[in-house]
Amino acid sequence: MSQNDYVLRTVEERGIGFIQLWFTDVLGTPKAFHITPQELENALEEGMTFDGSAIDGFSRMQEADVLARPDPSTFQVLPYEGTGSEIARVVCDISNLDGSPFEGCPRHTLRRVAGQARSEGYTFFVAPEIEYFYFASADPSMTPKPLDRGGYFDLSVGDPASALRRRSVKMLEEMGIPVEHAQHEDAPSQHEVDLRYTDVLTMADTVMTTRLVLKALASEQGLVASFMPKPLAGVQGSGMHTHCSLWKDESNAFADPEDEAGLSSTARSFMAGLLVHAPEITAITNQWVNSYKRLVPGHEAPVNIGWARSNRSSLVRVPVAKHGRLESTRLEYRAPDSACNPYLTFAMMLAAGLKGIEGNYVLDDELTSTSAVRQRPLPNNLNDAVDLLENSTLARATLGDHVVEWFVKNKRSEWAAYKSEITQFELNRYLPVL
Amino acid sequence: MPDDLLLCLPATIDPSLLLGLSQAGYRLEQIDAEQLDAAPKQLLAALVSARGGLSAGLETCRKIRATAEGTVPILLLVNQVDASSLEHTGEVFDDFAILPTSASELIVRLSKLTFGRGASSKSTLVTYGPLKINTETYQAAIDGRVLDLTYMEYELLSFLASNPTKVFTREALLSRVWGYEYYGGARTVDVHIRRLRAKLGEEHASLIETIRSVGYRLGQPSWAT
Repeated sequence: MSQNDYVLRTVEERGIGFIQLWFTDVLGTPKAFHITPQELENALEEGMTFDGSAIDGFSRMQEADVLARPDPSTFQVLPYEGTGSEIARVVCDISNLDGSPFEGCPRHTLRRVAGQARSEGYTFFVAPEIEYFYFASADPSMTPKPLDRGGYFDLSVGDPASALRRRSVKMLEEMGIPVEHAQHEDAPSQHEVDLRYTDVLTMADTVMTTRLVLKALASEQGLVASFMPKPLAGVQGSGMHTHCSLWKDESNAFADPEDEAGLSSTARSFMAGLLVHAPEITAITNQWVNSYKRLVPGHEAPVNIGWARSNRSSLVRVPVAKHGRLESTRLEYRAPDSACNPYLTFAMMLAAGLKGIEGNYVLDDELTSTSAVRQRPLPNNLNDAVDLLENSTLARATLGDHVVEWFVKNKRSEWAAYKSEITQFELNRYLPVL
Repeated sequence: MPDDLLLCLPATIDPSLLLGLSQAGYRLEQIDAEQLDAAPKQLLAALVSARGGLSAGLETCRKIRATAEGTVPILLLVNQVDASSLEHTGEVFDDFAILPTSASELIVRLSKLTFGRGASSKSTLVTYGPLKINTETYQAAIDGRVLDLTYMEYELLSFLASNPTKVFTREALLSRVWGYEYYGGARTVDVHIRRLRAKLGEEHASLIETIRSVGYRLGQPSWAT
């Protein structure tokens, strides 16, 4: 039995009415087209041609058509779509008409970087913590209205948002997405879903799926699940802290029981790579104007570039591995927000870390509360971050010129649009006095 | 499961090799060539040692080919000095390994030889407690609830369910279920087991048990319940 046979047979047996072919644009927006079971066999064998010019980051000078090639290992029935006939999805890789990988496909970018790690004997495992808010509506003319006044780890009774979160977690589990834990977060109406580690490509697919499931179930209740990095002023924003570890053969290449922090030299160089290249990859991990409203002091978001075991405002945190459990040794990269493109974010994190290993980067001292050294800052706004990305050789080598150039252009225009706005802040502050 | 059976000839075959194969999850039946007529007919593969001499070994292979189960894959073990004489032996065997060899070499060769055979290929309904798997339609259900499995989740579950109560190391699962196309090592198995348990649901997640420092098994042996 081949994977394709399995998929085709399951579609027949389960009476699947439509199959969604999923892919992701350069900004991390989920995209899909629907095909009937009759078209599926052909789609699996030859792919589906479509005009990519309207997709963000897919447009090119010469050729508009691209090919969506379903990855049969990702075939999954969607339990939340089941009204009448069932719907399944298959995640696609986008290729050129000649079958070569399309340079604008984020999944292909991540696959390539993961392949590079593998050629050096490493497998990269990641586990993100996805923070988000539930709101009564996404009407932009009003300040978003939280559904509760709860706080971190609050155990509340009869709270519709927490019930919704529990239902969503159950559905994720049914779809084979194990959830490490889920909880109420610090801000009112803010929740968090922590996913169990998987290999990096599977996890990027999983993050896309998770966001869709959370949004779909909220919408069934007439509510909104929002991954906007900082929807409310004065409280925490929504990060996507990502735990990561590199494995070589059957052991965790980050672990060294002899080391005082439990970290191997591989872990230290990887972390140094993340820290050195952090400014130039921030445009990818934090890709919106609003992302930089989250990266401010005082809300457990990282601002300065450093690492620590306990300091939660550090960019990289080294969680204490449970006693004697070397396999749980890992690093937590705290910059990404929940509205990032997970494919490109994981690709850049891995590329930065591998660069550190390859170049034997030396890790700075751990940040302590009394650290006297002035820390390098993360970029202050989207415009600065985009400048750093544009000049980054690492980003160009990892993402390719096509993606970098399109991304820079797109983000410059977002920044220009933002700059031309007169905000409520300015009116409040200046109109009465100037 | 009769189709999980590996026939080993002659009965005097090196016990240390057999131990390794048995640990990897193969069921073994040791016999001599003379007993072939009485041997089980449903086989995964045959392992023939020609340590006592090449011509006797080849004769055994021909005998197996002549039985009803003539299509069973045959792995031949030969001495180094005999290797050069294998050239014109045609279809008598499917693969060979040179003695002395190791269980791990044999496991790799056998899994390649038997790819697509065995466990799930013959009987159509595998049942264990509340779990039912129809290997004809590739559908699995628990307590009557259909499970929406990905291909690898299905393969893993049907393998475990076809060999209930038997403990498999993660390495054995990798070689038997994933074959060659995997990466991520034994952690891949852990990830898939977690995904399977999540889909089985809280009530049935414990159907797949973690045997600490060893591996996994589906279902408990009867004396434990």
